[in-house]
Amino acid sequence: MSAAQETVLPEPGPLRRAARLLAGNRLGVLGFALVALIVGAAVFAPWIAPYDPAAIMVGPRMAPPSAEHWLGTDNIGRDLFSRVIAGGRIAMGVAAAALAAALTAGLALGLLAGLGPRWLDNLLLLVFDALRSFPTIVFGLAVVTLIGPSLFTVILVVAITSIPIYARIVRTQAQALREAEFILAERAMGVGLPRLVLVHVLPNVVGPLLILASMDVPLVIATEAGLSFLGMGVRPPTPSWGVILNDGYNFIRNSPWPVIAGSVPIVLVTLGFTFMGEALRDIFDPRLRKG
Amino acid sequence: MSDPLVRVERLSVDFATPRGTVHALRDVSLEVPRGRILGLVGESGCGKSTLAYALIGLLAENARIAGGAIRMEGQDLARLKPAAWRDLRGRRIAMIFQDPMTALNPVTTIGRQMLDIQYRDPGSRAEKRARAIAFLEQVQIPDAAAKLDVYPHQLSGGMRQRVCIAMALLTRPDLLIADEPTTALDATLEMQIVALLRELQATFGCSILFVSHHLGTVAELCDEVAVMYAGEVVEQGTARELFHDPRHPYTRALFDCDPARIREATRRLPTIPGTLPDLRRPPRGCAFRARCAQAFGRCAAEHPAMIGQGHAARCHLLDASLSEVGGTPA
Amino acid sequence: MLIYALQRLALSVVIVAVALSILTLMLHVAPGDPAVMILGPRATPELIAQTRVEMGLDRPLAVQILTFFGNIAQGDLGRDVFTGREVSTIVFEQLPYTLALIAISIAWSGALGIALGAFSALRRNSWLDTLTGVLSVGTISIPAFVMALYAVLVFAVWLRWLPAIGAGEGLWDGLVHLALPSFAMGISWVGYVARMVRASMLEVMGRPHVRMARAFGLPERRIARSHVLRIAVLPAVTLIGTGAAHLFSAAVFVEVIFARPGVGALLVSAVNERNYPIVLGAVLVTTGIIVLATLVSDLVVAWLDPRQREAL
Repeated sequence: MSAAQETVLPEPGPLRRAARLLAGNRLGVLGFALVALIVGAAVFAPWIAPYDPAAIMVGPRMAPPSAEHWLGTDNIGRDLFSRVIAGGRIAMGVAAAALAAALTAGLALGLLAGLGPRWLDNLLLLVFDALRSFPTIVFGLAVVTLIGPSLFTVILVVAITSIPIYARIVRTQAQALREAEFILAERAMGVGLPRLVLVHVLPNVVGPLLILASMDVPLVIATEAGLSFLGMGVRPPTPSWGVILNDGYNFIRNSPWPVIAGSVPIVLVTLGFTFMGEALRDIFDPRLRKG
Repeated sequence: MSDPLVRVERLSVDFATPRGTVHALRDVSLEVPRGRILGLVGESGCGKSTLAYALIGLLAENARIAGGAIRMEGQDLARLKPAAWRDLRGRRIAMIFQDPMTALNPVTTIGRQMLDIQYRDPGSRAEKRARAIAFLEQVQIPDAAAKLDVYPHQLSGGMRQRVCIAMALLTRPDLLIADEPTTALDATLEMQIVALLRELQATFGCSILFVSHHLGTVAELCDEVAVMYAGEVVEQGTARELFHDPRHPYTRALFDCDPARIREATRRLPTIPGTLPDLRRPPRGCAFRARCAQAFGRCAAEHPAMIGQGHAARCHLLDASLSEVGGTPA
Repeated sequence: MLIYALQRLALSVVIVAVALSILTLMLHVAPGDPAVMILGPRATPELIAQTRVEMGLDRPLAVQILTFFGNIAQGDLGRDVFTGREVSTIVFEQLPYTLALIAISIAWSGALGIALGAFSALRRNSWLDTLTGVLSVGTISIPAFVMALYAVLVFAVWLRWLPAIGAGEGLWDGLVHLALPSFAMGISWVGYVARMVRASMLEVMGRPHVRMARAFGLPERRIARSHVLRIAVLPAVTLIGTGAAHLFSAAVFVEVIFARPGVGALLVSAVNERNYPIVLGAVLVTTGIIVLATLVSDLVVAWLDPRQREAL
């Protein structure tokens, strides 16, 4: 209804948008920077950490931050900074493994749901809905009861709870593929299904999946930390952030530093990946942007 | 001739966009006569909707009145404060919109909405309900009393538009602005709504500003017509004058392109070659020059004024022909 | 409306059934003998055999699932291996504490979130809007259990304003003991709801019917209330319903950290003891409550939005 809306100008492509956006979107840049920092710290952990995370220091326990111990020491006398760095490695490792598993399974299930028979689609959707209505931690606890607490358990739990969201995206694309007429033409010409999927489905889902994965990482990290905090995930003395927090909680009246040391990285990871995810969303699909 | 209800004087409206300032309305002057129907015609982007929204003070946030005035009942609407606008709207000025499917509040009943707009009026709830029913009957909605308790999504598009018309007239406005009210409806409904509007105008005597790009509808309904192009009024006159003797090349081209005029089978629909000028940088001379088959030297250099008494058009050709005949340019 | 409610109820039952089937399936897919798993550390050969018969583990899988559902329908969730008490009794004893915690958390955070979101949308770019925005991002980034730890740290350890342990005695003391836990549970929720309501309001404010209301000279306040907010809160209401799931997760941590009684604390201790019947019972009840919460929120939405009553 305004004249301005009727003057149509061409939309710039994704690369152009990315450049322009990152220039104007400082939060997005911050997100990418944080993620780079965290992933870098995780990869180079053994070289960055000043001490061995399991080594018991000679100085005082529960000491506040100082020049020798940047984040202080914990209740047994281990250097908190080194433990936090090592915890970062675990967190990123869990995220990477879980995401890889969830994306693969999500892709497979999504294709099955979108391209397979109707009953299978309905069944899978029902399973997805059921999984989604489960609180993650409760589900995690149930799994722990069955197969015992461990790093693998955590990865399994997180992967399973993430699968539905990825599967849905793939399913939608696969369904659209099914309806498209040019697919019939290609099938008639003898083009095999795997190739069709590769050429038509994958390019369309890469963007949304990346965005989802980025937004999913904070949840994965929080779940891992939570389960480890309860003693159901990574077992002490392995220094997951959740374990650090648990130690901190048990001695909270003695010193706040372990709690702070364990929680700040979680917050930074969440902020980083969330900002990065939103920037990715603006780059790949401005239509998804809300408000 | 009685004085006009609304006099638009050299109104200019700009829109601030990320790609530059769009001069959507440029020096527009127009009069809305009392108790008559004025049609506002033009293709998309000509500014007719902008003008309509300016008259009710509902321009978009990035819009700015860059100059001119809108005079009504001694006030300049272009400089009105929000409180004064709230006073005018729903009492002296009312509006019906293009898409009846989204115009009504989906979570409240029709009756509730029709009562809400009477919030300033004295009277009991029962009296207001009765008024609502009376107007629903005026717009020929069957079983009006029952309809008060119905939700908008339970009504068809045509019915919803009638409800909107009833609501607009309920407030007994002096000016009813109709922004393409039939564009979203099919041809049969369009005829019904148009007939309804004509009848209601005769009954209630308000002025109607009817914005549309359907030439046939405008010819049927309107007493006077103004044609807009690229943010300017390029021709105006009575409906009869305009449709029998279009003077501006654009108006003539519009009529030639009207599908209703096609007499013989053809494979190609006539169009006007070229595109609208970029309103961020309006052309110096005549805005239509680039698409006009009869353009000559003066058209590029000099911006034409409206030429003619009563039936006027913004074209240098008129100037030449008048002086040929011996008349003086207006 | 009634038909709609019944349809939603049926759907909920199906979802619960599917969730339980998954769990039962997992019990059998998991490595090890289910009977051993259920008995945990107390397994002796006689108990194992007895349990196997009692739980029907020697019968075919399909029969097991069916009997399982049959029992549940009758309210029989099995017996606790250690104490011999009915699982349903044990779980329902703890349920009121968790429900109170969740209900109060949802109530205060939902109300505050909607209010903040609405005001932020109406007074865009004001200090309130900016503050709400920053707070939202900040609190969303902090998992509930971390928030709980900080709540304990700040309010219980440093300031000593509020208690950090237990549920308290009596109504007033109980409420005082609920303060920190429900704060920790609700605070990130406030940010989430506020953000969503703000975005929703801004979107609705741009809709044609709002413009039409203005065209009739309706006062801004009335427009905000009945033309914008009434529609904009709908997604938030749905969110609050589905938030029950998220809040249950948070409740687990909060009950552990604040040493409160409740289904979450019960679940954690049962997991530690490998007490499978109680774990199953707690998970079942949790799922039921969540499904119920979703149902209630769907019904509220249908009540608020007449268009939903016909769709499913």
